[in-house]
Amino acid sequence: MAETARPRRRFRWTTGLIVGLVMMSVMVLTAILAPIFLSEAAEKLTPQASQGPSAAHWLGTDDFGRDVLARSLVATRLTLLMTAATTAIAVVAGIAIGTAVWLAPRRIRAAVLRVIEAAVAYPSLIFSLLIAAILGQGTWSAVLAISIASIPAFARLTANMAASISQRNYVSTARLLGVSGPHIITRHLLPNMAEPLLVLTATVFATTLIDLSSLSFIGLGVQNPEYDFGRLLNEGLVNIYSQPLQAVMPSIMITITGLGAMLIGDGLAAATDPRGGRKFGSLRKASEVPASMRADAQALVEVDNLTVTTPSGVPLVKGVSLSIHAGEVVGLVGESGSGKSLTAMSIAGLLPEELGVSAKTMRLGELNLLKKNNPRELAISIGLVYQDPGTSFNPALRIGSQLTEVSRVHLGQSRRTAFGRMVKALADIRITQPEKRMKQHPHELSGGMLQRAMIASTLVTDPRLIIADEPTTALDVTVQADVLRQFRTINREMGTAMLFISHDIGVVQALCDKVIVMNGGKILERLTGEELAAGKVKHPYTKALLAATPSIAERKAELVTVTAKDFALDEVFDDDPADGGHITNSPGSKETAQ
Amino acid sequence: MTEPTMLSKEVQILESTTPGATKRPRGGALSLSPWADYALRRAGGVILSVALLVVVTFFMVPLIPGDPAVAVAGADATSEQIEAIRSSLGLNEPLFVQFINYVGGLFTGDLGESFAYSTSVSQIIATKLPFTAELAVLGIILVLLVSVPTGMLVGILTRGGRKKWLDVSFGMLTGFFQAVPQYVVSTILVVVFAIILKVLPAAGAASLSALILPVIGLSIAPICSIARVVRRETSTVLEQDYLRTARGWRLPSLRLYARHALPNLLTTALTLAGLILAGMLGGAIIVENVFNWPGLGREIVTAIVNKDYPVIQGIILVLGFLAIVLNLLVDVILGLIDPRTLGGKSNG
Repeated sequence: MAETARPRRRFRWTTGLIVGLVMMSVMVLTAILAPIFLSEAAEKLTPQASQGPSAAHWLGTDDFGRDVLARSLVATRLTLLMTAATTAIAVVAGIAIGTAVWLAPRRIRAAVLRVIEAAVAYPSLIFSLLIAAILGQGTWSAVLAISIASIPAFARLTANMAASISQRNYVSTARLLGVSGPHIITRHLLPNMAEPLLVLTATVFATTLIDLSSLSFIGLGVQNPEYDFGRLLNEGLVNIYSQPLQAVMPSIMITITGLGAMLIGDGLAAATDPRGGRKFGSLRKASEVPASMRADAQALVEVDNLTVTTPSGVPLVKGVSLSIHAGEVVGLVGESGSGKSLTAMSIAGLLPEELGVSAKTMRLGELNLLKKNNPRELAISIGLVYQDPGTSFNPALRIGSQLTEVSRVHLGQSRRTAFGRMVKALADIRITQPEKRMKQHPHELSGGMLQRAMIASTLVTDPRLIIADEPTTALDVTVQADVLRQFRTINREMGTAMLFISHDIGVVQALCDKVIVMNGGKILERLTGEELAAGKVKHPYTKALLAATPSIAERKAELVTVTAKDFALDEVFDDDPADGGHITNSPGSKETAQ
Repeated sequence: MTEPTMLSKEVQILESTTPGATKRPRGGALSLSPWADYALRRAGGVILSVALLVVVTFFMVPLIPGDPAVAVAGADATSEQIEAIRSSLGLNEPLFVQFINYVGGLFTGDLGESFAYSTSVSQIIATKLPFTAELAVLGIILVLLVSVPTGMLVGILTRGGRKKWLDVSFGMLTGFFQAVPQYVVSTILVVVFAIILKVLPAAGAASLSALILPVIGLSIAPICSIARVVRRETSTVLEQDYLRTARGWRLPSLRLYARHALPNLLTTALTLAGLILAGMLGGAIIVENVFNWPGLGREIVTAIVNKDYPVIQGIILVLGFLAIVLNLLVDVILGLIDPRTLGGKSNG
């Protein structure tokens, strides 16, 4: 959809983020308050050992008569302090290493990155056991062990981010200007990584909490008489048969803390993700459009008053009617967001399900395209060619198996037969070494070759209609000519009808019998190929499009920019020329990709 | 080259590595076959990882604060005892000679003698490893069997913002199990299935049914992590142009998703899964302690408490080596699924 402004980044408060912050605040408050009020109940040895729940001890007492609930609450302080310290060490050291690496000479950088990469491959818990073995068991050796074990992963993530940022122009410029290394880090790298680093820190907090308490749980972390959640669970597990409740409270506490940190991390990631919350570009409010009765019962393809609406009811295509006769090539021109691709994809039956499609008639031959049709029928009747051959082929599969997919699935041909036919089809369009190409993957072929192969593959089912959606846009000019020639040959020799979509009126002019100009979801003008070639256009928008399309010879000349809002687009004229409308050169208006 | 991380989350943060989403320029240095090129590069990485592992485990003993021999022997040891330990650890030799001896020992499979038991470390590992391997292999199989289809199904059902409730509840459920430590989940499993329902044994490795709870306890968190990654990759892949192309061919759903979507989403999912699966070796240590499972995990904890350094070194070497092998295995599978992973681009 046309987007004229860049999506504005706004912080979005999600429920998850709020819940996470609340959970974490409760834990922090507990950590501050519980030791002040409850340490006696939590730590004083009493004769009431191993009791069940009672009014005095809601969750009972442990082997030494200490209150289980109080111990669980008091343990919050040590647990949070340890986790915060570990996270801080891991984050600071990780960021320092990850960014410093980018200022180091190339060889050192490569060596350090390889070592980090090798270190990341080890499970951090095994690594931290090693460090715990060296340092002995205890609170602070556990903190050091887990933080050292977490550094490689964090350093690597930072290095990856720093790598992408340090390739940006402003960093190279700063380097060329002789800005010092530390200055580049603080001024350019860190501010641009702040958001993802914050998200990562929250995540590291959650994993650190788990790792630390796991270490205490297996008896290698916090030692008696100190206690954190992991240590309490360790004690609870011993009595799990007699007093299962003793394990419950520490489990709940650690879950709340971990979940809180996780939700904050997720929430921050969602809140700062510029791609988040993207919706359909809102178009101007629907105006009632009368049906332009142009459909034709004799035609191969008949579309009468086609409307496409978003789930919220915003019309994207507003009452388009067109017909394509057998052997005819119809061009659909317009800028991005004009509704031309939506129109074509409605005919192909490939619109996203959430878009509403309605029409008085939409048919191909006797096939009613408004109904759900037999997939086989659709697949062999309509051949499709897309814009960018580089992305419309599946990168993981061999060319041959993709090109023969329809023959094998819908025509029931054997792998071998389909392969043989496709090789012949490729040879027919003079693709060299067709057998080898069939066994290659898409990334091994040029865009032009892929596109011509795709077009050739649509022909094996002998389709009644080929829909080509901007098939030349992603190709360079010389290859464009090849592809257009191929379309023309197909149309001449096999008489296949085509719906050819392009924003380039020059390309359309070269190929089409009929040309339909669209904008804002409506048809503005209908022309014959000859009229267009002769420059006999009526609508100022079409004139502007023509003026904005340089011939190949003048491609280098300054381009004229067309903006839809400069024209009275509500005027739909198939017959009468209108006055008004002008061409601007405003630099701010540019065509954006769909 | 593997993509970043231990955390499943970073794909959100760093650019997606889904094929087709971004074009990665890559060039093989040598003009051999892509597989040879790839194997060569990977072999370099493996050698480096193993070398790092050997160096780090070797330095464990010299790095012990104070006199390692005193630390091992304990505070009330006689000076003869300390000397005996010093020579048994080889601490009298120069560091360089110690290292040569250590590496030499590794090549002959000699990992030293345990201080606590009068057996060799390799013997201890030989008796304990099968238990850990049993747990880890079953766990990894369970994780892959559950997480990939679940993640994909949720990704397909929620594509393009459909079924918001499923999206939200899937996110909450998997997030919850990622936030709960494995030992808590395992403890809850014990309480529910062994104590309340009394259908499965709580501890030990006496019967086949004793495997069920440890394997589940070990697998739940990785299942959730990988399912989240797969879900996210699925929704990315479903938006790709090549999937629209495949839809245009009107393929049956199963063929569309299994053949055209799965290989592409597996590339990124597996790269991350390699690290998550290797992390399961660490998880096994914890889970073994909950269920009293007689594997390497219980053994290493005992060894650390007893300061039985040769045993600690040996077990860390074995677990680290297994993690490297696991990562390598994932890379080979990646190369088979998506040949672009191999890197080399032949002239086409």
